Amino acid sequence: MLDWLATFTGGGLAAKATAAVTTTGAAVSTAAGTPGMPWWVWPLLLFITTFVLGIVAVLGGVGGGVLFVPIVGSFFPFNLDFVRGAGLLVALAGALAAGPGLLKLNLANLRLALPVALIASTFSMVGAFIGLALPNNVVQTALGITIVLIAILFVVSKNTEFPQVGGSDKLARFLGIGGTYYERSSGKTVDWSVWRTPQGFLLFIAIGIMAGMFGLGAGWANVPVLNLLMGAPLKVAVGTSKFLLSITDTSAAWVYLNQGAVLPVIAVPSIVGIMLGSFVGVRLLATAKPRAVKYLVIVLLLAAGLRSLLKGLGIWN
Amino acid sequence: MAKPQAEMLKSPAPKEAPAKAPAAPQVEVAPEQLAYANVLLYGSWLGIALLLLSNIIYLTGLVKPYIEPAMLPQYWGMKASEFVQVAHMPTGWSWLKMLGYSDFLNFIGMALLASLTIVGYLILLPAYLSRKDVPYTFIVLTEIVVLVLAASGILAVGGH
Repeated sequence: MLDWLATFTGGGLAAKATAAVTTTGAAVSTAAGTPGMPWWVWPLLLFITTFVLGIVAVLGGVGGGVLFVPIVGSFFPFNLDFVRGAGLLVALAGALAAGPGLLKLNLANLRLALPVALIASTFSMVGAFIGLALPNNVVQTALGITIVLIAILFVVSKNTEFPQVGGSDKLARFLGIGGTYYERSSGKTVDWSVWRTPQGFLLFIAIGIMAGMFGLGAGWANVPVLNLLMGAPLKVAVGTSKFLLSITDTSAAWVYLNQGAVLPVIAVPSIVGIMLGSFVGVRLLATAKPRAVKYLVIVLLLAAGLRSLLKGLGIWN
Repeated sequence: MAKPQAEMLKSPAPKEAPAKAPAAPQVEVAPEQLAYANVLLYGSWLGIALLLLSNIIYLTGLVKPYIEPAMLPQYWGMKASEFVQVAHMPTGWSWLKMLGYSDFLNFIGMALLASLTIVGYLILLPAYLSRKDVPYTFIVLTEIVVLVLAASGILAVGGH
């Protein structure tokens, strides 16, 4: 930062900036992955891809980030650092937009979300630093393995609408975690509580690190831990998880922003594409076949995960 | 003995419920939770609108960019640390001094989106303080510290 300040203090900012860009042009030309192709083709393709991903994500019941990072990271010429930075902003924008509705309906519960968010957001910051410090091939390989495991998790994981809770543990009682929400399908209000809170909190350390390191929204991990392990009803788990992403991803997103790992030309079309796709996806939800879409999501994750793995290992670049 | 939570369903005042379309019962939502929701509602859409606007300005060339869009393919394949070094990109909050360039206008929307959670927590803090809810006051305060630390750019990482 000091170097940068030194460069631009003393006036002539524009001239120095232009000179910096032009003189380094030759040096960086080797980094150009797609010589001859107009620059705008990639952002346009990115917008179209993320628009489709937005539709698929809604229909498949997954967050856009988990599809975005492995697919864009594997098939676009962008460095994985910028893809992960954009992925965090994509997940963050989606979570922020969904947050108000979830909070007003009490489907995102603050007493459950706040302690978990503190753990996940602290460690997502740690994960972001780890991800930015590691060489690309290591992150790409680890991402590939993680995505393949997430695809397997989607196949084997069976969420429960109303899990059995054998009584709140000491920590849950101390924090007063529990609540009430209105279940539209039955026309009744549901009281709920959680258990196995310490174990759940420990798992959120790992979830936070993975979210920050790979730039993934971590809904795929939040929901099983909140629902299957801690016993929150599925709707509360899904709602709290989505709201939770707005906090978890904030700390990691700041790290990427501050480290120069966010390129607007990648992040903005991605955010807009995913959000527009999500709106279309919600409209298609009534007529879609959820099982078929779930298989499509699993196939996409497997393909992107394997591609990422092979790219990371230098087998398929 | 574990008890399914569905067994704890409560009926919502059946006598007043209309026969055809029963209205959803009022589930109590804390005022600070509603205030937080409104911060997210207006803030997120404002942030996304700013992103769209600034990106249009950048891509149409209405304002001079620091890096021409046509030059970007030479940079976007680089690791972030290398890009910062080679293109002399600002890190931390130094982008504020570069707002004369259209590419850095995009950072206003992104920074706004990334700041909303901090604002939300600042709304929650007095509510938990007034209730003398010590654990949640501690949690909210610690979270604010974590997020401000992340946002400050004080922490840095070595490049490869």
